[in-house]
Amino acid sequence: MFVIDTITHRLKRGCETMAYPKGPAPALPDRHGGALQVDASKCADGCTACVPMCPTQAIIRPAGKPVALDLGRCIFCAACVEVCPTKAITQTGDHRMAVRRREDLVLGEPGKEHVRLAVALDEKLRKLFGRSLRLRQVSAGGCAACEADTNVLGTIGWDLGRFGIQFVASPRHADGLLITGPVSKNMELALKKTYDAVASPKIVIAVGACAIAGGPFIGHAQHHNGASAIVPVDLFIPGCPPHPVTILDGLLRLLGKLESGRSKSISRYVTMLRNQV
Amino acid sequence: MSATTPFALLANATSLPWAEVPAWTVTEFVRATANELTRGARLCAWFGVPESSSQRLVAVLAFDADNTLAVGRSEPFTCSYPALTPTHPQAHLFEREVWEQHGVTPQGHPWLKPVRKTNANGNAPANGEFFRVDGREVHEVAVGPVHAGIIEPGHFRFQCAGEEVLHLEIALGYQHRGIEEALAGGPHLVTMSQMETIAGDTTIAHATAYATILESLAGTEAPLRAQWLRAISLELERLANHTGDMGALAGDVAFLPTQSACGKIRGDYLNLTALVCGNRFGRGLVRPGGCRQDLELERANQLLERLKTALTDTEQTVAWFWDAASVRARFENVGTVFPAQASEIGMVGPAARACGLVRDVRYDHPAGWHRFAQAPVAVWPGGDVFARARVRSLEIQRSGGFLRDQLASPAEGDVRSELPPPAPDTLAVALVEGWRGEVCHVALTDAAGRFRRYKIIDPSFHNWTGLALALRGTAISDFPICNKSFNLSYCGFDL
Repeated sequence: MFVIDTITHRLKRGCETMAYPKGPAPALPDRHGGALQVDASKCADGCTACVPMCPTQAIIRPAGKPVALDLGRCIFCAACVEVCPTKAITQTGDHRMAVRRREDLVLGEPGKEHVRLAVALDEKLRKLFGRSLRLRQVSAGGCAACEADTNVLGTIGWDLGRFGIQFVASPRHADGLLITGPVSKNMELALKKTYDAVASPKIVIAVGACAIAGGPFIGHAQHHNGASAIVPVDLFIPGCPPHPVTILDGLLRLLGKLESGRSKSISRYVTMLRNQV
Repeated sequence: MSATTPFALLANATSLPWAEVPAWTVTEFVRATANELTRGARLCAWFGVPESSSQRLVAVLAFDADNTLAVGRSEPFTCSYPALTPTHPQAHLFEREVWEQHGVTPQGHPWLKPVRKTNANGNAPANGEFFRVDGREVHEVAVGPVHAGIIEPGHFRFQCAGEEVLHLEIALGYQHRGIEEALAGGPHLVTMSQMETIAGDTTIAHATAYATILESLAGTEAPLRAQWLRAISLELERLANHTGDMGALAGDVAFLPTQSACGKIRGDYLNLTALVCGNRFGRGLVRPGGCRQDLELERANQLLERLKTALTDTEQTVAWFWDAASVRARFENVGTVFPAQASEIGMVGPAARACGLVRDVRYDHPAGWHRFAQAPVAVWPGGDVFARARVRSLEIQRSGGFLRDQLASPAEGDVRSELPPPAPDTLAVALVEGWRGEVCHVALTDAAGRFRRYKIIDPSFHNWTGLALALRGTAISDFPICNKSFNLSYCGFDL
């Protein structure tokens, strides 16, 4: 009697798709911490306590210069946050981290304490992709976590399809690639072929610390330290892996579906919710 | 049986001085290993250790019925040795790997080709020649490395007569990131994060194996409360993945209610792991010497409440699936691996238990919290897609029961401890039953206590051959459900 069972069950549960982006974004887990912010002006003179703590060498402080934290290399272990004596590096709890330019992930200098969030595609590309964006996903040395949290966007809770975004089986059907993993040498040829098979104009999205800069494997000779070495990247989404809401935020931001004013108020709402928890 | 073995015995999650590992000439060593395998031992690990201008071989065996492990090694040698594979096929990938990593030839190996090495152009794996079936009616189908879904890359080469698959060869290596190479001279600062991303969906199992290795090399163990929390997180990982697999299997036979619901519930389990440590995959939780975060009472209660809801949802969703004759008909007698084959190729985890083999590290080689708390081993005969789905379904129930019990009786104390440095010239072995099966880590330290060799064996390394065998005589259109019923890791294999 599974037909009746399933129908009753579905009726009982109702629509399970989240209200976001019209309603508030789902709150990040309280221990997640969200994006980092770095206020180099708070650093004590000559303090480099955070530099050796970072497993992926995401933090540098050259002599006489302010500290610089590269959120693209960051795996969000928060070791730097814990060790910082002056609270120059702190967690914001904000899920929004996607940027258009690699340098927008480098935090520290005055005016660059936060990530400089992605701006939407230009008018022409938005016209092409804004209502229907088909992506081909390529895992190139990914550990299956970024893949899983991209995949989850297709489930009923997130329902990526309502934004006109869909993952397709063939690069010939795609408007762009979503790449995970540091791009292993063994996937170089396959990635190039897949990229070439996508018709122009096309976009490339790098998801996760590996695809941005090599992640925990940074510096290994067996891969390329990220997708940019092989193909031009239009959107970088940091995390290890990025939370699904971070990935969705990046995709919607790229398509200009998040008004900056509204997302600010959402973020305030999320902070309020989190404080209640 | 194991009492009479010439190999050195050790329990899971313990170590012994390298000098106490018995050594034979390589020919004698292969013969001794073959004897133990014939007597029913299982090959957990087989790898090379470089000496100045030669190498040794090391074997780690499991005597599951006796709850003990055994290690042996060869004297240093060069060039070649008589292969173990012709008599014991479970060694075949291990021997290919040794050949690739150390350049020693296992003589008489029937299918000696690269495992994950990069080709001469430096841009793809050196796949070598594929096995070919000749005949006018035979055609070849090549799939991958880039597949249709959001999934990791690998290449599948089918030899078919019409719909029927005569032979499947699986070529991997696309995900190779150089993890083992980077571990030489370690542990390094980044090592823990690399362990957590060997196979991203098996973060807790690999992280626990690594932490256990460092703890046993230091002659200590993590505080009990940390062991308790690791055991809880391990089951949450299992629940999330098994539920996801049930949904994926449902999707592949177009049974959409279960597919939709499981996709959502899988996320609920991942969010429970995130409740514990902030990360949906459990990153940053397990650390050598304990756990980084604690599960305080209030948080544990919240976890239990949300867990109960998720378990009820899972039970209901999975019940629709088992009630539907159309689902059962699609799963029965598809992709069968016979028990004798499973045992011969050394399969592990749910795929082995679905062939009726009672194999579970939590039960056979209990370490950590599993010394005090166990769940019954879920076994199902049949070896087909149905059995593999059934075992997952049973394990969901048992993991749920285990979690309810354990959350009700937490261990007291701290979750962190200071870890002494690793002992020099020592070999340590740690097995953890990840959701795919046995995760095996073996470490050998040098005179300074740094890693001289670190070997990682993901359960997928044993089980990919099982998938290849499951396809024989099966329609190629059934490949997706066969593949999902195994759901093996590419990156865990490729390292």
